[in-house]
Amino acid sequence: MDKNSLIINLSDISFAYPGGAPILDKINLELHQGERVGLIGPNGSGKTTLLHIIMGLLKPSSGNIEIFGKTVKQEKDFGTVRQRIGLLFQDADDQLFNPTVLEDVAFGPLNLGKSQDEAREIAQKALEFLGLTGFGDRVTYKLSGGEKKLVSFATVLAMEPEVLLLDEPTTGLDEATEKRVVDILKGLDLSYIFVSHNIDLLMETTHRVGYMINGKVSIDEGRVPHTHVHVHEYGRHTHKHALNWPYKKH
Amino acid sequence: MIEEKFAAGDSLAHRLDPRVKIIVATLFSITVAVSDRFLALLPALAIGFIFVLVAAVPIKRLLQGLVPVNLLIIFLWFFLPFTFGGEPLFRVGPLVATREGVWHATEITIKSNAIMGVLIALVASTPVSTLGHAMHELRIPSKIVHLFFFTYRYIHVINREYLRLVNAMKIRGFRPGTNIHTYRTLAYLVGMLFVKSHERAERVYNAMLCRGFRGRFYSLNQFSLRTIDYVSLILMLAVILGLAVLEWTRIA
Repeated sequence: MDKNSLIINLSDISFAYPGGAPILDKINLELHQGERVGLIGPNGSGKTTLLHIIMGLLKPSSGNIEIFGKTVKQEKDFGTVRQRIGLLFQDADDQLFNPTVLEDVAFGPLNLGKSQDEAREIAQKALEFLGLTGFGDRVTYKLSGGEKKLVSFATVLAMEPEVLLLDEPTTGLDEATEKRVVDILKGLDLSYIFVSHNIDLLMETTHRVGYMINGKVSIDEGRVPHTHVHVHEYGRHTHKHALNWPYKKH
Repeated sequence: MIEEKFAAGDSLAHRLDPRVKIIVATLFSITVAVSDRFLALLPALAIGFIFVLVAAVPIKRLLQGLVPVNLLIIFLWFFLPFTFGGEPLFRVGPLVATREGVWHATEITIKSNAIMGVLIALVASTPVSTLGHAMHELRIPSKIVHLFFFTYRYIHVINREYLRLVNAMKIRGFRPGTNIHTYRTLAYLVGMLFVKSHERAERVYNAMLCRGFRGRFYSLNQFSLRTIDYVSLILMLAVILGLAVLEWTRIA
């Protein structure tokens, strides 16, 4: 792909929590303009860690991060990154800290230097876009789980990002809300990295899926989501396939 | 946790500008707290009562506020009269109650109930988030305002975490008793809550950073004072001034 369209370029990123085993081991990952990448892998394989490294919330022990063509290292480099890349957290309670919905959605735009009126308008639009018109005055902690997720999605969209990092955005949601989130994602004109345990969901929402295990991520163009028919023992039991171990064992 | 049912009402006390309410409640509380003449305290109690009537505080909500305070005061009534030196008033067995002791206990009872009355009428009639914004408008340092907001927002989350832990203990047959196992378990529970809160705080802060937080908070709220707010403020300041005059001058 063309070098200019490269949005995120991680090379040889390693990371370990203090006193722990390495979680990421020389990982390479590229995200191009308009691309939608899924990430799947067992618990603790470093998917969330990887997203946090892209946002500058965690510092890799080694490796190079290049975002929008610039190497980012220091906290101040990540200022622009956070403006152009939006991270949707796993737990909506982490993301919503203002007393009311409108204030929470307007928090980002206000930080970006918008006036009160502009921020209010952007927030209203983001809420409207997600079908949350009229939620502005609701008290955040009184929202249901699904509503919290949608509102935290609105807080991310209100930053008007070019790229989304989605950390298990549908975990814990009922089917209807999950469908709503997926439909919204498919309708967006944004590049994103989508972390999930649900391979069906990734096949529906992404162009290619990377598999994370043992500190590595393997995305190769040969491994694109596809359906196939084959024969194997225990085939009568309900089962699923993923791209690699542990799901592949059969 | 914080229910805020009463805050949804529609009395005069509900409609007043929250800044006016905060100023009045604060000045009233301070004035009453430092007064010690019946001449000032009895009117203060009457004012507290009037506020409660004006705000149409439901009796249940009123009791919710007053009962805990007065339980504490009952204990004072057990000790103060008998431990304060002065002129003997009556005897209970070997214990002597003094006039000064009884006087002090009465004083504290009146003060507490007057202040609670006004606080319930003015502060409990305001949604917590509005209170925070009003504090911000009154130029209270933004760190304090945001501590207030965060406490309000996350006390529910922490409470939910607490309930989850308690349930996890219950389903494994934990029954509190007077033994080391109980104390240790409860200590773990508290410790775990601290750790979880700390981790939560880190995640919240990270989420704020991701949305461009640079240490400054902005507010979307705007309040405007109406005539009724000015009139109420002036009237109530005059009443508080009246209390102060009754307390500190010897006009009566």
